[in-house]
Amino acid sequence: MGENNRRLPNQRGYFGEFGGKFVPETLMPALGELEQEYLSACSDPAFERRFEQLCQQYVGRPTPMYPAEQLSAEMGGAVILLKREDLAHTGAHKINNALGQGLLAKRMGKTRIIAETGAGQHGVATATVCAMLSLQCIIYMGEDDIKRQSPNVLRMRLLGAEVRSVDSGSRTLKDAINEAIRDWVTNVETTYYLFGTVAGPHPYPMIVRDFQSVIGREAKTQIRTMYNRLPDYLVACVGGGSNAMGLFSPFYADKEVKFIGVEAAGAGLKSGQHAASLSAGRSGVLHGTRSYLLQDGNGQIVETHSIAPGLDYPGVGPEHSYYKDTGRASYVAVTDAEALDGFRLLCHTEGIIPALESAHAIYYGTRLAAGLSRDQLVVVNLSGRGDKDLDIVVKTMGMEI
Amino acid sequence: MSRIQSIFRPGYRVLIAYLTVGYPTLEKTIKSAVLLAKSGCDLIELGIPFSDPLADGATIQQASYQALKQGVTSQVCLEVAQEIKERIAKPLVFMGYYNPILNFGLEAFCRSANRAGVDGLIIPDLPPEEGGELESSMKKHGLDPIYLLSPNSSEERILLVTQRSRGFIYLVSLTGVTGARQNLPPGLESFVQRVRGKTELPLCVGFGIASPEQAGRVAGIADGVIIGSRLIQLIEEDNSLSSLEAFTRSLRETLDQCH
Repeated sequence: MGENNRRLPNQRGYFGEFGGKFVPETLMPALGELEQEYLSACSDPAFERRFEQLCQQYVGRPTPMYPAEQLSAEMGGAVILLKREDLAHTGAHKINNALGQGLLAKRMGKTRIIAETGAGQHGVATATVCAMLSLQCIIYMGEDDIKRQSPNVLRMRLLGAEVRSVDSGSRTLKDAINEAIRDWVTNVETTYYLFGTVAGPHPYPMIVRDFQSVIGREAKTQIRTMYNRLPDYLVACVGGGSNAMGLFSPFYADKEVKFIGVEAAGAGLKSGQHAASLSAGRSGVLHGTRSYLLQDGNGQIVETHSIAPGLDYPGVGPEHSYYKDTGRASYVAVTDAEALDGFRLLCHTEGIIPALESAHAIYYGTRLAAGLSRDQLVVVNLSGRGDKDLDIVVKTMGMEI
Repeated sequence: MSRIQSIFRPGYRVLIAYLTVGYPTLEKTIKSAVLLAKSGCDLIELGIPFSDPLADGATIQQASYQALKQGVTSQVCLEVAQEIKERIAKPLVFMGYYNPILNFGLEAFCRSANRAGVDGLIIPDLPPEEGGELESSMKKHGLDPIYLLSPNSSEERILLVTQRSRGFIYLVSLTGVTGARQNLPPGLESFVQRVRGKTELPLCVGFGIASPEQAGRVAGIADGVIIGSRLIQLIEEDNSLSSLEAFTRSLRETLDQCH
């Protein structure tokens, strides 16, 4: 799955100074066991074959690499290519990781699966895989997110999952993770925590990256076949950062390929209402990992805001923090209003309704392409489809049904 | 021998109380601490509130949330510790999550804690694997690192924690979060014995202990009993603190019958 990335993390789960395992003692044995099982699965050809087979036959991989000609013409610069993760089963990249970890849980003999979700995409992906693998599934979701992503709540329930509403703190993704960790601490013997992004304690940032790296490996092959070269830019949105890391990591050694991660600037970086941990945060420890973090002067985690629930998180995966500090990737931030521009633009030019999360990457990717020459290639990760967001978009745009 | 270790004597069972600093008010925290010391507690744990207390159940989550709303910071906790220290002679430890301490500066925090009269730190999200840096600052400023063990800790991890802890070892009675519970877990005796075979350090049991009966059972096997959530509930239920005092005295009586 990820042999080409095995340089990092190190044995203690660190990417440079970021990462680690900052968890209660009760979870330390479970994390050790998870790492052992994952490494043994990685060297088991049967496990890898099963994952690849289900990626093709169940998820519908490889997802297309679509040259967005109308969008490129509209911007008048570089060729914009969309990696169509929105066409994967369940409508987002989240299924890649849910499938991989679901198979791992099954291999470990766990029967009860818990997961957190923000936008609901990881929750839906987890509920889907649990239905397919006959595993009990409990999803923690913030009360506010349940309200603003109700189609996904219904999907999870139809798939047989129990959705537990979390009403503490900011009632969004951060608090859903707190509650899922509390569940895991309590039921650690029977329960597998199917974590949804490249954050959390080691080995999750590594495991999730490796399962998501199918995105980047496919992209590399596709671009080479189409253009006989590598792309100039990879652009992806970053909340926790799993779709971005999945796209970026297989290109790590290809220094000529530039990585750009797009964070949520919400109402603007200066407004204080945003979720741009890398652009505006400081190093700290949350949810088991050391990484960039949005915190106040006393080390308390602050409430975040983004129109895209999947980006509405005060932390970020430790490998992104490492990419930032080493300069391997650059990180920018796009506001709610700009993301909505990107959303509308893709709907009108290409007939594709993107998730609001992905619309952040669309906005930045198109502005970037406009300033480049026509022989350059910009790959934008279209990490999910926007059906789940119709409510938010319709309300914000003041449309009437 | 550290100040913390000196409260443990053969045949005597130590009573440790947890309070969230600033809940419901700073004044109440100080009053409660003084009262607890007077009614038979041997050591007070002062909880530094954190926005994301992922090892805590509903009671301490709620207390932390309210304390933060009133502006309690690590600096305020240091001041409260100092004020308590001026009034009671018992050892104090801080219990808090890692990020606020990291943000304060590890060295600066340990120096200030020592000056405030604090004797040790319990950081529930900092296992020994990640604790090296904080430990060296603690050593420099005379603070005991108190690590936790849980019933699912392996022999290897028990060895690691016993080697790195000072003062006492905090045994988490169950796999779970903090909070008052009806019953103690069935495997507690064998868990305590597993650790006892590997260390000379005193063993104190916490999480889920809410009554003198439960405390008595724990005192039969461990050197100390840690109570938190139940005390916070009593402070909530009876503003005069007389319930807190009565409860503490009955705990002390039960523990004194245990030798």
